[in-house]
Amino acid sequence: MAVVFEKTKGLTDKETHYCPGCTHGIIHRLVAECLEELGLLGTTVGVASVGCSVMAYDYFNCDMVQAPHGRAPAVATGLKRALPQNTIFTYQGDGDLAAIGTAETVHAATRGENITIIFVNNAIYGMTGGQMAPTTLPNQVTQTSPYGRDVHTAGYPIRMCEMLSTLSGVAYAERVTVISPQTIRNAKKAIKKAFTVQKEGKGFSIIEVLSTCPTNWGMSPIEAMGWLKDNMIPYYPLGVYKDVSEEGVFPND
Amino acid sequence: MSEKFLMKGNEALAEAAIRAGCRHFFGYPITPQTEISAYMSKRMPKIGGTYLQAESEVAAINMVLGAASAGVRAMTSSSSPGISLKSEGVSYIAGSDVPCVIIDVMRGGPGLGGIQPSQADYWQATKSLGHGDFQILVYAPASVQEMVDLMYKAFDKSDEYRMPAMILADGMLGQMMEPVSFPEDNTSNLKEKEWATNGTKEARKPNIINSLLLNPDELEKSIVERYKKYDIIKEKEVLFEDYLTDDADFVVVAYGATSRISKSAVNEARKKGIKVGLLRPKTLWPFPTEKLYQLSKQVKKMLVVEMSMGQMVDDVKLSTKGNCPVEFYGRTGGVIPTPKEVLNEIIKLAEKEGE
Repeated sequence: MAVVFEKTKGLTDKETHYCPGCTHGIIHRLVAECLEELGLLGTTVGVASVGCSVMAYDYFNCDMVQAPHGRAPAVATGLKRALPQNTIFTYQGDGDLAAIGTAETVHAATRGENITIIFVNNAIYGMTGGQMAPTTLPNQVTQTSPYGRDVHTAGYPIRMCEMLSTLSGVAYAERVTVISPQTIRNAKKAIKKAFTVQKEGKGFSIIEVLSTCPTNWGMSPIEAMGWLKDNMIPYYPLGVYKDVSEEGVFPND
Repeated sequence: MSEKFLMKGNEALAEAAIRAGCRHFFGYPITPQTEISAYMSKRMPKIGGTYLQAESEVAAINMVLGAASAGVRAMTSSSSPGISLKSEGVSYIAGSDVPCVIIDVMRGGPGLGGIQPSQADYWQATKSLGHGDFQILVYAPASVQEMVDLMYKAFDKSDEYRMPAMILADGMLGQMMEPVSFPEDNTSNLKEKEWATNGTKEARKPNIINSLLLNPDELEKSIVERYKKYDIIKEKEVLFEDYLTDDADFVVVAYGATSRISKSAVNEARKKGIKVGLLRPKTLWPFPTEKLYQLSKQVKKMLVVEMSMGQMVDDVKLSTKGNCPVEFYGRTGGVIPTPKEVLNEIIKLAEKEGE
């Protein structure tokens, strides 16, 4: 009988610990499929961060390092400098990347570090039980913004792709989501592009994936996807923010 | 013996690291160790190595975690306030069983403190360089030549035991110039690190470098295993210099720059007929506990000299188990004790005993 569909070799058989309806599962699969399809699994080293995806080291079928909170881009930098021919990626949430790890993110980007960051933005700290994140929307209720995020005291949510796109070291920055078959297909295209940019040595690439957290948002998975579409996308518009993948970030090389 | 060079301590540390096979250095400027970064930035590009000035001490130690995870010899260096920032990364590196070398050229603290020599990071280095149950190897050179020799050892032992090693120097050693020679490069026979995350080549199962173990039984087991390794290290890796202690009534205990000053004082005291010797730990962890215990049964008193308010003195007291009184003399905040001050302390020790 002909095989029409197989699970990607980029994922292990380990059962994930993610909550029902969480989109981490989809994003894991997309990353794994891209690595497999590009023939990169044997040369890839992934960096797991701190947060819901901390145990990504058990799920991706490639070498993995678990980094301290926010430090994944620095760990990835060390890996890449030691293994310039290998594919190095980090998989980070919004608390990890846009709060405690802002400096590591910005500086890896501005150095043009030839790594790929998969940035999963669900507007909340999921693993610790739903606290306000740097990406929590104005008026969004969380455990630590129980009356809704008041921008006067908590400030505004941070738009990472927009900010990073001003940096000369960034070769590719795109924001995608995974709330429908079409957006999932687009997300996969973006992730594949990012890994290709790295493979060709063009510089830093980041794919921000707007993601849901039904558990901590207090919604069903379907409601959560609707909430993301109605509330997150207007604040975090989808699209390509930077693309110098043709010439690369060091065009005079 | 190979050629002699006149070198600053900090530069000798950097050159020794390169000759020991380090091709990945991640630094951040801080006085009084900046010459290490400057030297690395000059040499590394010429030999195909990596010099990277990180955005912070925190980032630098995590770059070390990444590079060392890939299996290469990696190093970072700093001085006291910067070492505090690195402590998070050191804990992760220790908890992930990854080897690396960290240099601390100590200056006065706490806080921003000062930029003059100090030994007030003894506790930090030997007891608490980060959260959790763990130790790192701590080497305490007392000369520029020993900075070179212990750097080779630090890389070798770090690899052998898969744990971080520290060279604990001070601003005085870092800045002083002395003649040095370098042993043969020992980079050709480095063992392959089968645990390294350098790509499976689809020929083996993925390697995972990780310090997270949510199951308490598993975490306890992993720590207990690590402590078995520490027991072996305590047995096999203690280094010290034993100077004129055979017939000694009194022993001065000091490490690093302070031991040089103390040795001068011991020599002067000997001229005055005082039977005094010097015990100089070259490894602060593991500590020469057994040697000090043996000496404590022989001598009348010990004197610990440090550039701090008294940190190593605790370990000396624990080692001697109350067999002899342990006195302390220290200067701190960047003040360096003189040989005369130490001599006076030795004389006081002998006089009190004579009363």
